[in-house]
Amino acid sequence: MDAQKTLAIASIRDRIIRSGFLASPSGNGREMPETQSYLEFQGIGKTFPGVRALDDITFGVDEGSVRALIGENGAGKSTLLKILSGAYTPTAGVVRIAGRECAFHSTADALATGVTVIYQELNLVSDMTVAENLYLGHMPTRKGLVSRKTMHADARKQLESLGESIDPSMKVGRLPIGQRQMVEIAKALTRGAKIIAFDEPTSSLSDRETRNLFSVIRSLKGRGHVVLYVSHRLEEVFEVCDSVTVFRDGKHVETFGTMEGVNHDALVNRMVGRDIHNIYGYTPRAHGEPALEVEGILGRGLTEPASFQVAKGEIAGFFGLVGAGRSELMRLVFGAEPKRSGTVRVLGRPAHIASPADAIRSGVMLCPEDRKKDGIIPVRAVMENLNISARRKHAYGGFLINEGWERKNAREKVDQLAIRTPSLSQLIMHLSGGNQQKVILARWLSEDMKVILLDEPTRGIDVGAKSEIYSIIYALARQGIGVVMVSSDLPEILGVPDRILVMSEGRITASFSRDEATEEKVLRMALPTAGRKAA
Amino acid sequence: MNGTDSRMSQEKLKAFSTDSLVRKLLDSGGMVVVFIALFAVFSYRIDRFCSLDNMVSLGLQVSSIGIVACTMLFCLASGDFDLSIGSVYACSGVLAAVVANQTGSVLFGLLAGILIGGLVGLVNGVVIAKFQINALITTLATMQIVRGLAYLVGKGQSVSASSEKFTVLGSSLLPLGWLLPGRGAEAGGTSGLEGIPTPVLITVFSFVLFGFLLRYTTFGRNTLAMGGNKEAARLAGINVSRLQIIIFTMQGLMAGFAGAIMASRMGIGDPKVGVGFELQVISACVLGGVSLKGGIGSMTFVVSGVLIMGAVENAMNLKNLDPFFQYIVRGAILLAAVLFDRFKQRRTD
Repeated sequence: MDAQKTLAIASIRDRIIRSGFLASPSGNGREMPETQSYLEFQGIGKTFPGVRALDDITFGVDEGSVRALIGENGAGKSTLLKILSGAYTPTAGVVRIAGRECAFHSTADALATGVTVIYQELNLVSDMTVAENLYLGHMPTRKGLVSRKTMHADARKQLESLGESIDPSMKVGRLPIGQRQMVEIAKALTRGAKIIAFDEPTSSLSDRETRNLFSVIRSLKGRGHVVLYVSHRLEEVFEVCDSVTVFRDGKHVETFGTMEGVNHDALVNRMVGRDIHNIYGYTPRAHGEPALEVEGILGRGLTEPASFQVAKGEIAGFFGLVGAGRSELMRLVFGAEPKRSGTVRVLGRPAHIASPADAIRSGVMLCPEDRKKDGIIPVRAVMENLNISARRKHAYGGFLINEGWERKNAREKVDQLAIRTPSLSQLIMHLSGGNQQKVILARWLSEDMKVILLDEPTRGIDVGAKSEIYSIIYALARQGIGVVMVSSDLPEILGVPDRILVMSEGRITASFSRDEATEEKVLRMALPTAGRKAA
Repeated sequence: MNGTDSRMSQEKLKAFSTDSLVRKLLDSGGMVVVFIALFAVFSYRIDRFCSLDNMVSLGLQVSSIGIVACTMLFCLASGDFDLSIGSVYACSGVLAAVVANQTGSVLFGLLAGILIGGLVGLVNGVVIAKFQINALITTLATMQIVRGLAYLVGKGQSVSASSEKFTVLGSSLLPLGWLLPGRGAEAGGTSGLEGIPTPVLITVFSFVLFGFLLRYTTFGRNTLAMGGNKEAARLAGINVSRLQIIIFTMQGLMAGFAGAIMASRMGIGDPKVGVGFELQVISACVLGGVSLKGGIGSMTFVVSGVLIMGAVENAMNLKNLDPFFQYIVRGAILLAAVLFDRFKQRRTD
């Protein structure tokens, strides 16, 4: 069965490579078949102590095209980008650009050759102006002095060519994230970048910013740039990319030279190596009495007192654009931020929540939005991260660690949630995003949980792990726990919860049952007031 | 297909096991190994280094740093540090001598010294935790305030204790006969050693006590979690500000204790002592491998850091090295340790 599939994939790959040769414009493929594409990876391998991150990666990307690199976390996309940007040196294989073999020893080498990688965490100095950032390291000078005028004029021209009208004298730190990204792209262009790679560029962008980014990417393509696009969001891949390369476990699985005839399921299938039909797996459940009742809560980030209820066994989804106040609402309920007014009741009893510790004792848990910043303790072991809260109930005299219980509990939860870790003492920072999220969920399973607030539980997590997280969410709901789930992912928020609440500009604007909610209705209520009237 | 797969996994396994062995050694015992190596070299090259006498004086020499490093470990592990301890160390000694002289009670004197430390620590903790002021600024301020206090309490002078008994804490010996009951007094007699000085015992006891607290209690684990990621620890239900206050108060108490012991050893409370003491303590911890960024640390690290510093200094004294040169060596060792740590981190990345 497996062997057959491998054969089939190999033959498809051969066919694509062959068709690539035939379609190639430069034509003299017989003598130098490797230099067909502008950017060529050939036999790239990268081994870290104990791990083979990349294994024999070979593919090419042409000028004037947008290539998606997809795969689950840990599949090797990011490692490949780091090799391309000179941050890592490959242990095998070569990178060829315009037919020339390139051995980058630093990111400066890569920049000089016209390669820029734009990471999720943008690489700008927030205290400097837009123009200064654009020309950092090579400012236009006159008689040895920086010529501010030339610099600003050039910067404005460069930004306008991207369709942006950003004031070059503005401090970068004051720009919204979408515009910062544009500055980053403009910066790449001022340095003469021919190859531009994006790593998860839309993860913190609003819809409008995303559309803007796509039109810029299309214009880059029109100007003959080579664009690499790494993303978990397959819809984006279909929207903006011409071709797609799929990675799995550090290997090149398949390259689709065109998006024609390729569908979502086919890509997921290649990424995961198995079929995932219905990634949500929704089934209706019975709901009990209210698990969580929030009334008139108000605090930073909210513009109007917010009230909502979640019943036992119910999953309530919160949708909204970035800045709509969803995370702020969750943090207020959880006691992570001081609230100005409002009451919280858990299972009908008033809960006095002034701190996260109070919330946990009242049975309200939170999985925070920013896993790295607010969720995990990176330098501590998986077991430590998992037992951090519940250990107080099992310590002797509330003080002396009960090593036996901790080990047993950790092993149990790792099995129960299928957390993939080499050992319980592995540092959590070495786990993939999905497994980190599971550890944080596991943290609350040993508590007396009545309500769980999940803020963007699947952000930045690959498809396979996502469906596992969904099944954990459903399992929690079936146990009678009230689940609140915040998400910016529209298909997910329509697919997972029983009820969808929409927030916009710091207040709850609508509540739909699962059956009445549609993309259009939900989006309309999520738009700021002005936009809503127009729509 | 199957063949290549299993070969690869074997390769992986092999690479992993040798690698993890090396890493384990580097991680947990790197500095212990360095200490043992240093000790062996010094014993071989320097005549009197390995003698029982010299071991006791080495113990005495590191006792102050050792005691305070115990709580500095908690400070660093929680992601903060405390610069006020050098001044506390001096102030506590002066106050102990003054109070002992005025009340006529040595016990009151020593207690006053310890308590003033605790009070300064409490203030540090409250300012840092409740008013969210950076630990660097806060303790830099209290460092100067408390140094001033030390001079005021001593009226600008060092204060000698009038009572003979004042030296009990610092200069008493625990006879070795206790430890070697079979051989009784001769055991000490033959080597010319009468017993183990109390400060050394207190240091060893502190190592054990605080090592235990960090490793085996919720308090210790919470400290490390907070140092690893303060906001995540808070959102996991840890009362971060209470923890900070406790840690700084503890730090002050121990610095006060060390200052009282030092004054008792000398029979004098001197407001000039302990300048740069805080940096020595922090260097010893970092040298052992405690992370300045928080979240990583253990008592093994601290003990090896303190012992390496002590052994090197002791060896330099025995060799009659120019004291100016000793500064350079101390700095160089610290730099080497930090570079080593960097190298270790790069391996993990």
